[in-house]
Amino acid sequence: MSNEATIIEDVHVKSVTSHDVHEHGDHGHHEHHETFLSKYVFSMDHKMIAKQFLITGMVWAVLGGLMSVLFRLQLGYPDASFPFLESLLGKWAKGGQITPEAYYALVTTHGTVLVFFVLTAGLSGTFANFLIPLQIGARDMASPFMNMLSYWFFFVASVVMLSSMFVETGPFSGGWTAYPPLSALGDASPGSKTGMDLWIIAMSLFIVSSLLGGLNYIATILNMRTKGMSMTRLPLTIWALFFTAVLGVLSFPVLLSGMILLIFDRNFGTSFYLSDIFVNGVGALPNEGGSAILYQHLFWFLGHPEVYIILLPAMGMVSEIMSVSSRKPIFGYMAMLGSLFAIAALAFLVWAHHMFVTGLNPFLGSVFVLLTLLIAVPSAIKVFNWLTTLWRGNIRFTPGMLFAIGFVSLFISGGLTGIWLGNAALDIHLHDTYFVIAHFHIVMGVASMFGMFAGMYHWFPKMYGRFMNNTLGYIHFWVTIAGAYLIFWPMHYEGLAGMPRRYFDFSIWESFKQFGELNKFITIVSMIVFAVQILFLMNFFYSIFKGRKVTSENPWEANTLEWTTPIRPGHGNWVGEIPEVHRWAYDYGKDGKDFIQQTTPVGADESTH
Amino acid sequence: MSTEKKKAHPYKFILWVGLGSIIMLFAGMTSAYIVKKGQANWLDFELPVVFWFSTLVILLSSVTMQMALKKFKERQMGQYRGFITLTVVLGLVFVVTQMMGFSALEANSIALTGPRSNSAGSFLLVIAGLHILHVLGGVIALAIIFLRAYSVKTKFYNALPVELASIYWHFVDILWIYLFVFLQFVG
Repeated sequence: MSNEATIIEDVHVKSVTSHDVHEHGDHGHHEHHETFLSKYVFSMDHKMIAKQFLITGMVWAVLGGLMSVLFRLQLGYPDASFPFLESLLGKWAKGGQITPEAYYALVTTHGTVLVFFVLTAGLSGTFANFLIPLQIGARDMASPFMNMLSYWFFFVASVVMLSSMFVETGPFSGGWTAYPPLSALGDASPGSKTGMDLWIIAMSLFIVSSLLGGLNYIATILNMRTKGMSMTRLPLTIWALFFTAVLGVLSFPVLLSGMILLIFDRNFGTSFYLSDIFVNGVGALPNEGGSAILYQHLFWFLGHPEVYIILLPAMGMVSEIMSVSSRKPIFGYMAMLGSLFAIAALAFLVWAHHMFVTGLNPFLGSVFVLLTLLIAVPSAIKVFNWLTTLWRGNIRFTPGMLFAIGFVSLFISGGLTGIWLGNAALDIHLHDTYFVIAHFHIVMGVASMFGMFAGMYHWFPKMYGRFMNNTLGYIHFWVTIAGAYLIFWPMHYEGLAGMPRRYFDFSIWESFKQFGELNKFITIVSMIVFAVQILFLMNFFYSIFKGRKVTSENPWEANTLEWTTPIRPGHGNWVGEIPEVHRWAYDYGKDGKDFIQQTTPVGADESTH
Repeated sequence: MSTEKKKAHPYKFILWVGLGSIIMLFAGMTSAYIVKKGQANWLDFELPVVFWFSTLVILLSSVTMQMALKKFKERQMGQYRGFITLTVVLGLVFVVTQMMGFSALEANSIALTGPRSNSAGSFLLVIAGLHILHVLGGVIALAIIFLRAYSVKTKFYNALPVELASIYWHFVDILWIYLFVFLQFVG
């Protein structure tokens, strides 16, 4: 109780200072005291912050997705001219054709934005904020104020990143990994000038945001669980978000250290990453003795855990949604937990598999091959457990469930190509080809996006007290999954044939001319898939205001704590005492009962767990 | 009830995890240092003597910080303010002596930045400079709780802010000891 009391005080002190007379029980009724600014803008309610992350993430997803459509236009129709491009991009698409500079800027920004702003902030920012307090039984985060700061750092990072698109020399265009020397030398390319400065500032702010959020998530999960909520009674969503936060807190600082050295090379003439460089029009640079590979080590020490920062929340939500919609306990809870732990631990030991062809010592490389292939073990355990959870389940094919199943499909397809790429010998042929593009888009990009969609459909009723439209949800799912495979499956073949990534035009290249029609096909599908995402957004925003109303507290008949709160919970989540937990989150189909909520006391004829 | 009491305050817990993340920042830096040192074109040089002095100063500041916490818990507010002031002053002296170290190197024509710099010197500047920023963060935190001891009308005897500040301060101290030993013997 002492913990809970401090939180209640925090909530009081921080959010309702002007209204000092409050009973401890009436947190459900806070909203009408709050001003517009404190409720919607500088909110310290974790649910509102989650929605802020979600909507900001959506804006970025639309921008980032639109960028991919634009550069796909170039790849699919390298000779055509689209006058609307000139009106959209101005000098970056003179005569209706994207310039090479603009193409690289689009590719770079698409990558940065999707990896960090959509699938990190938009995914774990949204669902860690929304689900952690609700599912562990807490009134709010350990520090609601830091939580608010976390969003606003992200917001400012977004503004800076967006502004980089409007500077004269354009946004950074050296790839989302920002390798030196392109990122370290302003003279290297137009995008390396102001665009890169803004990129570094935006990313630094983003790292601060991630750290503030991550610290809070860890502290909240470990310290603020309600009575009876032992760690092994936590839903797998919380476990996944916990490991995600641990990964972020330990790996983002290393990226920051890499970027600090980059800032020194850019602005103070140091030579951490630079050596023996000749720039056209400038001449030989005085920098001696630096190592560009050093940056890659620092970058990928974050970069690889980042993959799991993106993927783990999706895995957690898929586990939860799959169990709820199969009306069965999750298969192998402890194995799921152990495999999450194994993936999180291995995430730190495999970064150099991104660097097999940088002149890495082959003996060192073979260690990284082994550790990389080891990830297949926990991944296979997870897939096996998802499939066995579905097995003979009483499946309810809600849109959320479909996206969860789609996630598993994509995770298998993309995971298998990971075994190819994890081999240093194969990587000599496959590195920097479309095979890599296909692999990571399926396993990390689209799969995590599916996890995010699953979570959005599933928890929409808790977020807004209404349902999203099911029919539109089905259309959204089927077009997206078919489209995702149609876009990325052919890229495997292009990659196997050696078609390199990051090229502006293949039509004049004898070896890859043959893929012209295929590239056109991929472009057309990507436009259709993009259009369907707009349909999804319309469904989302329409449903916030006009969707079918939720009439019961527990529309999915789920066991977890968020479904014991009022339909539209106020700041503080529960009216009155926080419920006590008596069992784990997965008592579905037990003893002839369809589901038994975590708050139901253990009966005399039951054993506890 | 009794088990709940043993749990750290959530803010204290956040601080501990945050310290872990600061450790990763410096672990990244020092491992980059080791990698870079193993490659060609590395300049070996002696650390200026003044860094020994600054190490002594920051060690001393940890003692005064601990005294401040003790006096706060004993409600000896006058002495508490004295020790906090001393800690802040020692923190600032530390920063100044570090700067003197940088100038001493530059005076010996070991460039830390600019085109003639060697990454050995630049690393020292970046690592020690980042640490200085963390010390200044502690100084700001101490200044805030120090001013609060004056401004809050109703006497505020919650030791948590002072405890948090002292954990952080000792951490920054130990961090410097690590960096100093690292730069002295590995570097």
